[in-house]
Amino acid sequence: MNVIQQLKLGFRSLMLHKLRSALAVLGILIGVTAVIWLVAMGEGVSYQAQQQIKELGATSIIIRTIKPSEEANSDSGSRSGIAYGLLRSDYDRIITNVPTILSAVPMREISRDVRRDEFAVSAQVIGCTPEYFSINRLPVVRGRPLAASDLRGLENVVVLAHDVAERLFPIQDPLGRAIQIGTEFYVVVGVAQDRTAAAAIGGSFSARQYNRDVYIPLSTFRKRIGDRVITVRGGTFQNETIELNQITAVVDDVASVDASADIIRALLSRYHKTLDYAVVVPKELLEQAETLRMMFNVLLLLIAGISLVVGGIGIMNIMLATVTERTREIGIRRALGATKGEIVQQFLWETVVLSGTGGLLGVSVGFLCGPTVEGVRLVIESFMPELWSTLPSTIHQLEPRLAPWSIVAAFGISVGVGIVFGIYPAQRAANMDPIEALRHE
Amino acid sequence: MSNTPQESSQEPVQVATVRDVTKVYRLGGQDVKALAGVSLEFKQGDFVAIMGSSGSGKSTLLNLLGCLDRPTTGQYLLGGHDVATLSDEDLSRVRGRYLGFVFQSYNLIQQLSVVENIMVPLSYQLPVRPDGRELSTKLATLVGLAGRLDHRPNQLSGGQQQRVAIARALVNNPHVILADEPTGNLDTATSNEIMDLLDVLNNTGRTIVMVTHEPDIAERAKTVVTLRDGLIQSIEQNRE
Repeated sequence: MNVIQQLKLGFRSLMLHKLRSALAVLGILIGVTAVIWLVAMGEGVSYQAQQQIKELGATSIIIRTIKPSEEANSDSGSRSGIAYGLLRSDYDRIITNVPTILSAVPMREISRDVRRDEFAVSAQVIGCTPEYFSINRLPVVRGRPLAASDLRGLENVVVLAHDVAERLFPIQDPLGRAIQIGTEFYVVVGVAQDRTAAAAIGGSFSARQYNRDVYIPLSTFRKRIGDRVITVRGGTFQNETIELNQITAVVDDVASVDASADIIRALLSRYHKTLDYAVVVPKELLEQAETLRMMFNVLLLLIAGISLVVGGIGIMNIMLATVTERTREIGIRRALGATKGEIVQQFLWETVVLSGTGGLLGVSVGFLCGPTVEGVRLVIESFMPELWSTLPSTIHQLEPRLAPWSIVAAFGISVGVGIVFGIYPAQRAANMDPIEALRHE
Repeated sequence: MSNTPQESSQEPVQVATVRDVTKVYRLGGQDVKALAGVSLEFKQGDFVAIMGSSGSGKSTLLNLLGCLDRPTTGQYLLGGHDVATLSDEDLSRVRGRYLGFVFQSYNLIQQLSVVENIMVPLSYQLPVRPDGRELSTKLATLVGLAGRLDHRPNQLSGGQQQRVAIARALVNNPHVILADEPTGNLDTATSNEIMDLLDVLNNTGRTIVMVTHEPDIAERAKTVVTLRDGLIQSIEQNRE
């Protein structure tokens, strides 16, 4: 008998017990679907993370001011205030001492209310240089970015992020108009493109909300706002002096990122007694994310594998029942010339039909992953809004990504599981004594 | 093989020979001798009925003749092979090539149609016969089931099912047709029809060995072998 005949025969034998066969198929279907869906969701989450990290740039090194721990700064005295973080001299040292750096952007930031007539919005005021926009891939879509002359002249000019511009200027064109930051007025020269949050980097850096930024020249920042920050915390004034919040350096090649980061670390450690800075390499984050993704996938495969094995046990159960029930048929076939091998084959083909059908259906349902996630999201959003608002943004934005390898693997494993779990019942069928089998009622 | 039943010659060809076969079963620690030394020769065109009371060894003998079992001692020659020494796989091949089976309870495969049931023995033969379906249709017509080719066994009467079984026993052009109580589940009228069919086949040169306990059925055979306690008690030739 050829393969098609074997498959046909298997199918017809299974049709003797439609419900039973359907349940066995369902077991495999669920397993295969689980593999495909779980992998797709895992891939979706890690793709999100990777995209966010990639936005930071694979060739960039981010040096970030972090506040030293309380014990470390207790000796400097809280009354007189503390000074920590990156220094303007650090910036100079870095650009003069690290030859691989193509460009570097110093940056200072602070939270301030930004006003325009009756409109007010709390924004992140960023003091930076013109390169900031290119290094962060943040196009200025209206007007112009900050210019070198703005820095030289300590001009009171500002580039607004998309959301800030919309809030302050719901109707009018913001270009050329004035906004107020603290007590100073700034002229709007540009509006940046809409941009969603980028990744949070290694604990030292919360997700960058580019849309809440206003950008002013770094020199203007220093003159108008200054290095000292006074905050009221727990009833006492806290007095902090920070020169720079961040330096973003871009090196010439991905290969020199690690070495350059090492030089920067060594350079900074000589001038900083406490660890009040962090050197973050997005490339490393990308590698970490990749490792995490692999671990995640292995875990998901394990879970999905368990469900496939459960499906396989279902198949074995069905096939054992089938073999017992069709003892007579086995006897007849043996009498009419079938060898043990041919009986094994016949029952194995039957399990392959079962698991293969389950596999194919599972793959089809697997393709419905995207629409299903979308549907579930819609249902939760419209019927359980309070639950929806508590869910993390990863779930809000989750786009499952079907991994082709997971489809092939799931189908392959399902057929494999069918064969593995079919062997025992098939051999049991083949090893029956034909005389006994023929006598079986 | 050269000695197919169609090629009738002057001297009847010997198709199957058992020489001094014994079969001993072990039951509850005791040896039970089901066959105590039986020798028989079957020539082409024979129609042999094996009779005997329950426990006489007739079923055991039929199982040995059908290559479903191997004798404890003795020789069984079928189609030039000493079947007693063959492996399980070779026994399967011998069954498929040289033997046709007709059972008391028809033993058709429920999920297959009439034609497909007739084709089953062919599916275990190599090379694959491309005309298997046509041959099976022809045989179904021969046994009088031309209008029921695509019926399932449960849509047929007992007599019709036994006709399908007979057609199935013919499809591999066997040396010997073994029938185990072929009329045991049928009423008298249908039994006679089935026996008429076997007669027709025997008259075209088929060798038939039939086990029965009904004397009037045994009378339709040419030779009646009566077993008792695992030994041949008598061999009688019936008048034509």
